[in-house]
Amino acid sequence: MEKLVVVGNGMAGMACLEQILRHQPDFRVTVFGDETHVNYNRIQLSSVLAGEREPDDIVLNSLEWYREHDIDLRLGVRITGIDAANRTVAGDDGSVTRYDKLLLATGSSPLIPPMAGSDKDGVFCFRNLNDTRALLERVRPGLKTVVIGGGLLGLEAARGLQLQGADVTVVHLMGTLMERQLDVAGGQYLQRKIEAMGVKILLSHNTTAILGDGHVEGIAFVNGYRMEADMVVIAVGIRPNVELGRAAGLTVRRGIVVNDYMETSDPAIFAVGECVEHEGIVYGLVAPLYEQGKVLAATISGNRGPRYEGSVPEAKLKIMGVDVFSAGFVQENASGVESVRYEDPSLGIYKKLTLKDGRLAGVILIGDLSDSRRYMDWLRTGVDLTDKRRRLLSPEALPDHGANVAELADSETICGCNGVTKGAIVSAIHERSIRTLAQLKQCTRASTGCGSCTDLCVGLLKAVVPEFEEEKKKVLCECVPFTQESLREIVRSQKLKSVQEVLDVYGNGKGCEICKPALSYMVDMTWCGEHEEDRSARFINDRVHANIQRDGTFSVVPRIRGGVTSPAELRRIADVAEKYSVRMVKITGSQRIDLLGVAKEDLPKIWADLGMPSGQAYTKGVRMVKTCVGTEFCRYGTQDAISAGVELERRLENLYSPHKTKMGVVGCPRNCAEATVKDIGLVGQEGSWQVVVGGAAGKKVRKADLLITAETTEQALEAAQIFFQYYREQANYLERTYDFVERVGIEKVRRETVYAARAVQEALLARLAKSKALTPDAWLERNQPHNPTQFVQIQPMEAVQV
Amino acid sequence: MSWIRITEAENIPLREGRTIRFGSEEFAIFNLGQKFLAVSNRCPHQGGPLADGIVAGDSVACPLHGWKVCLSSGVVKRPAEQQACVRSYPVKVVDGIVLVQITAERAEAA
Repeated sequence: MEKLVVVGNGMAGMACLEQILRHQPDFRVTVFGDETHVNYNRIQLSSVLAGEREPDDIVLNSLEWYREHDIDLRLGVRITGIDAANRTVAGDDGSVTRYDKLLLATGSSPLIPPMAGSDKDGVFCFRNLNDTRALLERVRPGLKTVVIGGGLLGLEAARGLQLQGADVTVVHLMGTLMERQLDVAGGQYLQRKIEAMGVKILLSHNTTAILGDGHVEGIAFVNGYRMEADMVVIAVGIRPNVELGRAAGLTVRRGIVVNDYMETSDPAIFAVGECVEHEGIVYGLVAPLYEQGKVLAATISGNRGPRYEGSVPEAKLKIMGVDVFSAGFVQENASGVESVRYEDPSLGIYKKLTLKDGRLAGVILIGDLSDSRRYMDWLRTGVDLTDKRRRLLSPEALPDHGANVAELADSETICGCNGVTKGAIVSAIHERSIRTLAQLKQCTRASTGCGSCTDLCVGLLKAVVPEFEEEKKKVLCECVPFTQESLREIVRSQKLKSVQEVLDVYGNGKGCEICKPALSYMVDMTWCGEHEEDRSARFINDRVHANIQRDGTFSVVPRIRGGVTSPAELRRIADVAEKYSVRMVKITGSQRIDLLGVAKEDLPKIWADLGMPSGQAYTKGVRMVKTCVGTEFCRYGTQDAISAGVELERRLENLYSPHKTKMGVVGCPRNCAEATVKDIGLVGQEGSWQVVVGGAAGKKVRKADLLITAETTEQALEAAQIFFQYYREQANYLERTYDFVERVGIEKVRRETVYAARAVQEALLARLAKSKALTPDAWLERNQPHNPTQFVQIQPMEAVQV
Repeated sequence: MSWIRITEAENIPLREGRTIRFGSEEFAIFNLGQKFLAVSNRCPHQGGPLADGIVAGDSVACPLHGWKVCLSSGVVKRPAEQQACVRSYPVKVVDGIVLVQITAERAEAA
């Protein structure tokens, strides 16, 4: 059995090894990796930095995979030398390992340009998982951060850090961002988008030194200008790791030189990935690495034949909300190259094709990537475009995604990174009974690279597998495609204080009836009182503080705390009902009184006549506290349920919550006011209260979980307040407490609320108190309407001509 | 056909709608920022007041059951299988006043 040693446990090495294993060669395989992690998807590091994924989400080959294939994996071992004559490699752990065939997949290292002070504390690179973790540890809101380098990596790092709250400036040596992939105009479109997200950009600035006494304090430029900085990230480019190759006596120029069969100048040594140079080109993108790996796998396993003929460079910026794609050769100053352009500044769309000899040479797409696959096909196949010249930039619209998938030929490549065709995916689906995207990834590796074909893969699954289960992270809505968790974080860290701002920067600028109320809640909850209240983004109930009924009239439910009213209040309610000919007066299920069938224009007058606050019976917010009479009257009562209930309602009323919050307080375990099926309940017993949460008696019936047993009424009320604020901050919009508690788990809820450190509890209570202080009774808008026609029926200026 | 002067443009807040009753007609005028649009106020589903809906681009979602109506054409866009349509009215803004065009017969009949 031959011994294959792989140096480098990264994407190129392992993708190549996967290909080698497909040839079922007779190899015993040893893999050395100097990082201590299993192989992960390096190009997704930016999403880890941005908080969109966890490190575990980007693992490509788990430990089981190595075990299954009987691979001897040596993590954390750096190979320091190669003895080509005796065919051994030496590791920094003192080991010497013999090989018959050696595969170098050493990748590249961050390029550190010559500048003074690059070794100071607070200077980072952004290349591997350790760098990413170090950055995440250091970054905090408001941290003045400079990213040196305005290429793909620098911009992704900048955006990630900014999403973590840092105050980020990108400093770029050249006059255009991503100048290797874009032209001047394209660079400007990109710049506007990045700047609109709040990342500052400084072009044509050459950094000469990083300043500071031990720790970074600033940076200095060639022009003498200086800038303050607490953290510097260097992301100017990469340098192929060729030292081992050179030491082994291989031919090395910029990279380790390989021929079309991926052979180096030593017949026992092969190389793949960012460390190699083919026909004078060193590739630093993912797709070429896979293409090389396929060829190398054939060569090394004795099936020498397929040739590597170079790759079309292809780059996609992975920043949510900024669509940038570039492929091929996009500069038009070469002779015989002409360009075709389309741009729409207000939509931020820019498209440019470069053509040579009637064929596509390169493409830049910004703001609309819908045609990127078609252009990649034109680039790869070199098809003559003469008869398409009039329609290069205006393709026929495809009716829908299904048709899009159906129209593809079986031979068409779906996953460019791994070279997986539609035919291969469809047959894998049938032969391996694939049902989920995860299974598809596992079997075919499709969409495990850059991930840009994920939608197509899902489309294929949907078309072929009737019982396909979608497992994508649930985004709020297509208008603003982020999870609610990310959106809450974005609203907080980006200091976004209006719904429209979130939609403009992170979404389609329009929004809809799904996302607007959710975003309204998020900006209100996060910035309560400081946010810009946009009533157009609220449901009608929250525009006029009443519940719309099926005939377009409204219902009015005044606040009757704890269900306790008075003869005077009842008289006023009765008078109002008569004065405004209210169609029905009804006792609700929540110990309150509902006046039904009220016209919008009568609402402010009714509220004034009632002289009672809003009961918020129309909104996703604090509804009421239902009580029993407790020790006040009941001969079985053990606690004063009425006082506690009225006080609980008083402390939480007027606030919005992710969904409606209904509460109950009962004076003994007989539970007459059904506190154990309420969102928050207090159940009195001899000498203490049980505080219960997550109960339901609606679409679903669920007994509430015990949060804590409290000795005093004050402790019980405080526990309820802490839970309520935790729910406000952590739950998704339209998630009732019972779904929230089930999703999170009551143990975790307890850990993070009533069992949390006192400082954490006090912080929750302080944020609740701040929101409460800034939230008035909504019905006071009768005196100060939000806009002049909030309740007013507009009368046409011209009367009807009779 | 006649243009009817309705109200000052600022009476219709940005991205909101307002109900206007004119004779026997009841329509909803929306302020979409760059333009104003008007449609009949009754959702073809169960008659919900479209003026009270949330605007999504050029459409409005009825506040009762979320039917989506295109504000420029009046066509129901959701549910997709519905072929229903509401009447749309031409709107213009002159000197800060919103005007809606109503057919002569209708204006007279009213």
